[in-house]
Order: sequence, then structure tokens, then C-alpha cells
Amino acid sequence: MAASGGRFLSAEEHAVVAAACARLIPARDPHPGGAAVGCADYIDGLLGAFGVEPPRIFAGGPFSGRAGGAAGFGDFLPLSRVEELAWRTRIEGSRGIAAREFNGPVRGWQEEYRAGVAALGADFTTVDAAIQDARLDAFPDFRAVLYRHACEGAYAAPEYGGNRDQAGWTAIGFPGDVQPRGYRDIEVSGRA
Amino acid sequence: MSDVDAVIVGSGPAGATAAEVLTGAGWSVVMLEKGRNHLLALDEPYGPLGHVSNDELKFLSRHFLGPDPFLEPRTFRHRESEGDRIFTGGVNNLPSTVGGGGFHADGKLPRFREVDFHARSELGPIEDADIVDWPVGYDELEPYYAAAERLVGVAGDHTANPFAAWRSGPYPMPPGADMYCAVLTSEAATRHGFHPYRAPTGVNSVEYDGRPACNNCGFCAFFGCPIEAKGDPVAPLRRALQTGRLELRTESYVTDVLIEPSGRRARGVRYLDADGSPHEVSAGTVILGAGAFETPRLLLRSGIGNPDVVGRYLMFHFQTYVLGIFPSRLHGHRGRSVTHLMDDPIVPDDLAAAAARAAGLPYFRGGIVEHGSGSHPIVEAIHLPPGAAHTRLMLESPMRDHMVAFTMQGEDLPQSTNRVDLDPTVRDVWGAPAGRVTFAPHRHEAACAAHWAPRLEAVLRDAGADSTFWVTSPPLEDAPRRFGRDPTPISRHIMGTARMGTDPRTSVCDPWQRVHDVENVLITDSSVFPTSTGYGPTLTIVALALRAARALAGLDPLRSTRPPDAPGS
Repeated sequence: MAASGGRFLSAEEHAVVAAACARLIPARDPHPGGAAVGCADYIDGLLGAFGVEPPRIFAGGPFSGRAGGAAGFGDFLPLSRVEELAWRTRIEGSRGIAAREFNGPVRGWQEEYRAGVAALGADFTTVDAAIQDARLDAFPDFRAVLYRHACEGAYAAPEYGGNRDQAGWTAIGFPGDVQPRGYRDIEVSGRA
Repeated sequence: MSDVDAVIVGSGPAGATAAEVLTGAGWSVVMLEKGRNHLLALDEPYGPLGHVSNDELKFLSRHFLGPDPFLEPRTFRHRESEGDRIFTGGVNNLPSTVGGGGFHADGKLPRFREVDFHARSELGPIEDADIVDWPVGYDELEPYYAAAERLVGVAGDHTANPFAAWRSGPYPMPPGADMYCAVLTSEAATRHGFHPYRAPTGVNSVEYDGRPACNNCGFCAFFGCPIEAKGDPVAPLRRALQTGRLELRTESYVTDVLIEPSGRRARGVRYLDADGSPHEVSAGTVILGAGAFETPRLLLRSGIGNPDVVGRYLMFHFQTYVLGIFPSRLHGHRGRSVTHLMDDPIVPDDLAAAAARAAGLPYFRGGIVEHGSGSHPIVEAIHLPPGAAHTRLMLESPMRDHMVAFTMQGEDLPQSTNRVDLDPTVRDVWGAPAGRVTFAPHRHEAACAAHWAPRLEAVLRDAGADSTFWVTSPPLEDAPRRFGRDPTPISRHIMGTARMGTDPRTSVCDPWQRVHDVENVLITDSSVFPTSTGYGPTLTIVALALRAARALAGLDPLRSTRPPDAPGS
């Protein structure tokens, strides 16, 4: 399962994941919903994290540039040997590699998504919302993985690939990272 | 000849404090930390690395500070009759990184009270618990508390808490900015006859020790500080490195304490480096500051310490969360996560005393109540159901922008059946047996929570909450309100697994924190606590480590004088 260019999903799979995220996080004014905030891009970037170097796991710091300072979040941090082992195992699965199976085999997210997306059906993007919901409900384990990742994609820092133009944060009135500007004391203690 | 005078296992507040004292006294020290270094550069001038950021995903979802539960799983069961385990994963994980538990804490640093050190003598026993006096008292520890507050840098108001123990002087800094939600709840608590006060916090309110004042970014509890406004434990670690006598080896996993053939002395430790290659360090003294979970695990693997006691009397804080949803937005994402505390459940009033008697208990030992804010957005999101409710509730933000959380850090009574031992099957990535927790709270903790939660709900309603509810962690096994499916205690306050005392038959360490049966092994973390008290443990860890390390280095004891007009009990 190659992850070329830091991506994993095919265009068709990406469309199914986006459609599913739109059901798990549906749009409601002023929230653009899971598809429009880029949850599928986040998930694709996670599944393909080891296609780029350093892997797209731990964003850099100390500042993003959104509240002053130089933009450092985009410079991802190198992983240690055991961190790479952990994250490759989570994403790729243990694949019979002894070093990854010290407590037994692990099914990876790439395999879960490939199988889960196939189970939702190639026509998932074209069927009615009620049918989409029923299909997601039929695979509760996959839906749980997808929902967790959709939440991360909607509200994590944009450098991880989702939360496009901070649309997730803007919708819910969360200002995101604020260093090095921070808040003045009156903004902390006052009512407004 | 040994390689160094001392080897220290763990770089958190316990190890960093010992390192500062010993290197300051001229000792050569190697410190071994199994986690990565994101805290400070290891060359002059030991500045920040720039890895710490306002990044919820990195810190709260991706185990940036460790331990990664895949690499270092822990297991849990309530009691032996449940079998080998009922849960495998993250159990009470404190950061596994340079800086340890100090890295992620929001730095509430209260002292204990006088009675906490002699609860058994003053208050008496409780059936089915092993409450004992500490082998050190408050008056002896006071100068070390004062020194700890100076070296970490604590901001607070020494006149604010009527229940506080006596102090030899004020805090080194005034308190920082009050959070709006805590202003509301403090006013209501005062109307209910309680005594909220501005929390002593190891976060700079003004420039201190060459580090800037906090700018209230709000990514405080469970995050590191990107601007080094939190002093614990970067300040002592940096000072130790500046002596030139501390060598900090990161990604170095200690497998064994090595014992001389006599069995009475340690000669050093064995560890695996980042590549997994084994090494040994020989040292005149071995200091364990790996935390109250990892220290007993290492003792058990090494066969050190009174086998009837090592790992036993594991204590957390029994946490009662009393939550209120307010009609207006509270902007709890601004500020230091918690800015006010109150000690009232620690000093029971007539109502609490009556409730204890009604529950068949001689007394309640509650805990500090933290006046805190809601959560961050990913945390809020994953606790909501998917679908239309997700978006509606994320827009309304009941758990993030409208919630106040009172957390009572209830005293957890010591029981010998509550313990850390070695799991028979589950392994960590280095091949060592995982640590296993066997833990069920005493009925005292449940009864105390059930008494205080409704009283705290009433405060929140008076402060303006539309609705209130409460839960505990660990969840009460028979409670109608279950806290998810995870049975493990959330508390990161872990104590008691190598308790200190004067009798080698009933304790692991002596009053100077030396292991009774291996004379040159010293434990400086909260493993040595005989009881948990109702206060956060960190300042007491630092104070005890100062005292123990100074004694080890042959430095004079610190002394202080109680002012004749000192407030407090």
C-alpha cells in the first residue's frame, strides 16, 4: 500500500470519505460541515503520513504565525525510532513484522479505510443521506474510527491538512493557537 | 571507581530537583530519561527547542509527550478476582519525556497542611485502610517548601487561604490573572460559606528567573509552555546543566538497578539507548525519580525493596467532577486552566462531619476543589455523538465555552491491595513486563464524593449554571452515571508505591527516602508518600527531594521560623 506524495486514498475513495464525513459532521449554518472543512484531506494526510519526510505526525513549533512570530507548525518534527515504529504500526498495520507485534498483530488504519470505504459502496456518494447514514450505522467500528478522525480533521491545526482556512475553528468561535500574542489580563478576567 | 557520583532515573520534578542540589554541591551526575527531549537544548545556553506549541492534536491525541500506549501499555483491574486484567492501554499516564510530569501540568502548587503529616495520630484509623503518620512533619518541611516555591517560581497570595498551614514568608510572585468563570464561581462559593482563593501556581505572573510572564494562552493543563512561563521543571534542570556536571541522556530506558553481590549496595544501572543497545552506568548513588508508577516497576524488576510493601498502597486522587453549563459564553480557553482553589472539603464542617458519621466513617478527608474551565475543541467533539447533534452542539459549545468544572481532588486512603505490579503477559516495546494497576477505591472516597458533589452543584447553580451534573473518576462501580467505558482513574496524581517510614517491616524507604535494604538507592518521587492528602503532590515532591538530596550531599538542613503572627492552622 504505497503512500506516494504523502497521500493514500484514490480519488474515488477520497470522495467516499468526504461524503461520509459530511454525514458525521453535517453542515449547519455557519458550520460548513466535515466535507467542506477538509476532513478527508486530513485523513488522507494521516494515512499517507510516511510518504513525506519528516512524517506528518508531530507539527513543529513554537508558533504558527497566525498570532505573530515565525510560522513553524509546518516544519514537522522527526520521529524517534520507537515513535516511528508506533505510528507506522498504527497506520500500516503490523504486517507480520516481529518488532511491531510484541503484543500481537495490529490492523492498520490504511487497511481499515480501504475495507471500510469498499463496504460503504462505490455508489456511496450518490445515494440519499438516509441510505448513507444506514450504511455507516451498519459498520459501527469503522464509523467510530472515521468519526474520531473527522473530529481531528475539523478542529486540529490546519497544518495537519484539515480545518481548511481555519473554517472549523471559525464556525465554533474558537480562536485556535494564540502564541506568542496570548491574551491580555482583561480578556481573561472580564465578561467579554 | 564509579563513572559518576550519582545516576538519576527520570527527569521530572523529582529527578530535576535532586540534580540541581547534587550538581550544585559538586557531584557529577548522569540523568537517564526514557522519553524524548522537547524541553531544552542540551548545550549552552540550554534554551528552548521550539517544539512546544498550542497544538491540541499533538499533545492530546498523538501522545507527543509520551508514553505512547502502544509502546508502553499498562494494564488495569479492580481486584485479583477479575483475572489478569480488564483493560490494556493508557493508565494514569504522566508524560514520559524530559521534564516528566512537570511538563504538562498547569502547575497548581499548594502545600500540604500540618495535619496531613500526622493524620493517624490526630484523626485516628479508618477500617480497611492503612493510614499512617509521615516520618517528617510540616514544621521540618516548611523551609523546603519555601525553597521549592522559589526555585520553581510560584505565584500566589499568602493571605488568601484561611486554612493554609503557616508560612515563613510570602510567595515569590503575586497571583496572575483570574479567569472570568472562576470569578463567578468564587463569588458564589463565598456566598455559600466556602473559602475560595487564588491558586498558588508555578506559572510566572511577572518576569522571574530570566523567564517571561504568562500571556494567558490557555493551552496550559496537558500542554507544555511555548514561552517557558512555567518553571517546573525547566528551571532546576537548566541550572543543573549550567554547572557542567550534569549529563542528560535521553531516550535511555533503564532496565535494571545493578546490585553488588552483598545485596546491600547498588553499583549502578543498566539501560538501553535510543537504538536499543545496552549500556551500564556505575554510580556511587542511584536515585529513582521515575514516578510512582515506573519507580516500583523498576524496583520489582530489580528485586529491590521490602517485597511485602513495594508497589502497594498505590493512591490516586479520587476525582469528583461537578460540572455546570452556563447560559453565557465563559471563554475558558483564555488563561491558566484553573485559577482558583478552595480547601473546604479538606477541613470538614458540621454537615460533612455528620455525613461521615451517617456513612459509618469517623471522618471525611476530601480534597481541594479546582475552579476550572471547559475543554478544547477536539476533546469536545469526540465526546459528542456524530450526526446533526454534533454540529448543533459544537456551535452551542456546552462543554467547551459554557462549562465550569469543579474538580475535587479527594484524598484516596492507602490500602495494601491497591498496587502496581508486573503484568504476566503484556510487554512494552523494550520487552519488559508492562506495569499493572490493581485498584479499587475505599468506601470512604465514594461517600465523601457523594456528600460534596451536591453541595458543589448548588454553588454552580448559584453562580448561574442552568444545569449541573457530577461524575467521578474512577467511576463508582455501582453508580448510575458511568464515565464512559474506561474503568481506570484519570488522575495523574500517583502516589505511595514505595512508602517511607521508620519501620523497615512496613515501609520501603527510611525518613530520608533511602531504600531500607539497599543503602545507596534513594527515591525522590511521590512513591514515598505514606498518604495522598487532598492536595496536588508536586510541590511536596520537590520539597522532599530538596531535603533528601541536601542530606545526601552532606549540606546543612534548611531551617525556618514560624512568625508569631502567622495565619493558618
